[in-house]
Amino acid sequence: MIAYLIRRILYSLPILVGVNLLTFALFFVVNTPDDMARMQLGIKRVTPDAIEKWKQQRGYDKPLLLNSAASGTDKITGTIFWQKSASMFVLDFGYSDDGRSIGREITTRMGPSLAIALPTFLIGLVAYVSFALLMTLFRATALDMAGVALCVLLMSVSGLFYIIGGQFVVSKLWHLVPISGYDGGMGGFKFVVLPIVIGVIGSVGSSSRWYRTIFLEEIGKDYVRTARAKGLSELAVLFRHVLKNAMIPILTGVVVIIPLLFMGSLLTESFFGIPGLGSYTIDAINAQDFSVVRAMVFLGSLLYIVGLILTDISYTIVDPRVRLS
Amino acid sequence: MSFVPVMLWSDALVFLLLLAGIASAWYVRQREHLLLPWRRVATSSVAMVSLLVLSFFLVVGLLDTLHYRVALPEQSNGKTVYSPEVLSVFDKLVTPLRAQTEKTYSAPLAVTLYAKESTSDASGNILRDYPRLRYGGVHLTDEQQRDGDVLWRGLTGALVGLMVGLAIVFGSKRWLAQRGWPLRALLIATLIISALIGMTVNLAAAYHVLGTDKVGQDVLYLSLKSIRTGLIIGTVTTLVTLPLALLLGIAAGYLRGWVDDVIQYVYTVLSSIPSVLLIAAAVLMMQVTIDTHPQWFDTSASRADLRLVFLCMILGVTSWTGLCRLLRGETLKLRELEYIQAAQAFGVSSFRILTRHIMPNVMHIVLISLVMDFSGLVLAEAVLSYVGVGVDPSMISFGTMINAARLEMGREPMVWWALAAAFGFMLVLVLAANLFADAVRDAFDPRFNRTEVVT
Repeated sequence: MIAYLIRRILYSLPILVGVNLLTFALFFVVNTPDDMARMQLGIKRVTPDAIEKWKQQRGYDKPLLLNSAASGTDKITGTIFWQKSASMFVLDFGYSDDGRSIGREITTRMGPSLAIALPTFLIGLVAYVSFALLMTLFRATALDMAGVALCVLLMSVSGLFYIIGGQFVVSKLWHLVPISGYDGGMGGFKFVVLPIVIGVIGSVGSSSRWYRTIFLEEIGKDYVRTARAKGLSELAVLFRHVLKNAMIPILTGVVVIIPLLFMGSLLTESFFGIPGLGSYTIDAINAQDFSVVRAMVFLGSLLYIVGLILTDISYTIVDPRVRLS
Repeated sequence: MSFVPVMLWSDALVFLLLLAGIASAWYVRQREHLLLPWRRVATSSVAMVSLLVLSFFLVVGLLDTLHYRVALPEQSNGKTVYSPEVLSVFDKLVTPLRAQTEKTYSAPLAVTLYAKESTSDASGNILRDYPRLRYGGVHLTDEQQRDGDVLWRGLTGALVGLMVGLAIVFGSKRWLAQRGWPLRALLIATLIISALIGMTVNLAAAYHVLGTDKVGQDVLYLSLKSIRTGLIIGTVTTLVTLPLALLLGIAAGYLRGWVDDVIQYVYTVLSSIPSVLLIAAAVLMMQVTIDTHPQWFDTSASRADLRLVFLCMILGVTSWTGLCRLLRGETLKLRELEYIQAAQAFGVSSFRILTRHIMPNVMHIVLISLVMDFSGLVLAEAVLSYVGVGVDPSMISFGTMINAARLEMGREPMVWWALAAAFGFMLVLVLAANLFADAVRDAFDPRFNRTEVVT
């Protein structure tokens, strides 16, 4: 198990290197730091001095890959690639345009992100699986058809609509919760409840339909017929046999996103004014703060790869046939 | 009035797609076995009604794709100069909607502006009242007549539309029946759509049916213009995903070895970056390139258009990995089958096996995944525009409409119609696409049972 994990982590290193090279190419080769400076300072009436100053403040005044002016190891370390890209492997994300440490921002903003994302994820999982089980129980009846039709309808509505509509009805018409804001501790409950509910409703359609197809695939298998032949009730078949076996395909889709919960949701957080990583990313995109976007891309792929490894581990837990070796 | 046709990049790609679509339809028509699943789609009433709705959107989108520039009045030196404004045939058709802009917000079917304004009368007294609109309902002498007039216009419009619909229905009834298409559902849908169009056209002649936005533009016009953007995002993206996924997927599955390793590495790297972030990064960088090279573009429309095409490319680059993985898996399965081994034993070259034997047998996966992706892409456009990495802010799209209207959420009383129109049009488009995609999947996916044979 340990040996497998170590190998798995080593395998994922090249992928992170690939992500790093890709972001490096995207941010520094496609457009040179000069272009970025010109963009930030305004296209017209920008002096070379101002560009140099901008680059120097942000540490972009070095050669891209090889610093031939320096000596020894500085040839490698005195470059943009080493200082801005390779340094992310030790989780050193540098500073944002307003001079704050990105690493520090990330650690303080993870909390609020998680406060929304984790409950949304857990409540959502339970809700979607129950709804899908219900549809499976009443499969091929009018109830099932209505459920599927509802799912397709909910799937076709833009995610922005749920947020805007929810804010309008619950906060503006009924005045149940504040429109936006955030507070730590128990006082924050009134701020997080609406984003969580909207987050759960937002993906009822696609998720429930997806779980329903998984359950329907399982229910056609031989062991289900055996279970019924033993005289088990339909409910017992569904909960004790089908649900357990369907866990394997469900886990593939679910475990991989658990680490990504730290990143929060871009839309929800920015609409509800939650000071999490999602709104941080949106603010960075709007302010064209490239160092923050770069850090977020790297962090996102790192968490995704962690999710893939967790998925493999979870297989061994739910499916005794799988042995990691 | 003379004009010069303008071919924007996205127009060229749309026509390329249209040609490809017509060519493949012609190819399929010749071959009974390829036609069979489509016949199954055609028996489903939900799918056919969705297709009818989609084709309405498609017609609007295509009309909006034929662009031209009008010549400005003759210059003194005799040279013709063309207007920097790029128009489309669709713009020409709905000229009143485009040109009749009000001062600012007005509610759907309103005759006055949405906010009170101070005006002074002849004797110099200042009055605060809702000023009348410049175009909406100007034929009315009294605001009180509006309800009756709206009702009358709506009813007559719907009636005329219904007549036209009935004519179409009776004209095509026999033709439809011969093909075994779901007659009743199609007829009802045609009647409803034509009545709705008739009603809207007749009302739009005198009112702003869906109101006006902040700068007084007609919301109905904006919604109809957004259709093209949505359709382009949903379809042009496939021009990137399809070749990448198809070529790399079957090459990886069939050739295996180091080719497989490299391709797997590339798509794992790409798919491990959260797609919104990758798109955001790429769009930000593209914006830098566009902003630092203003000399590339002769009109603002061509700049906005290039950004749209780039956005499609970027969406394509981030979304081919899923399909590629599916195709690789399927090819791995297919290459062990007897008929492939027979072809190999006969000494057929790898390239020929791939194109003749593997590719046709994975096409159903390609088709299903492309049709299923369409609605997701239309929805993604709105979200990306909100995040600030979508289409150019000057380009009319559902995303930019929602984004502009969102700022008015806090206004009292609320300006709701622009949001409602954008979400409504998007819902109809995406719902029709989803329902059609489901029917296509059911008809093409061999895992679904197909005991009934359609002839």
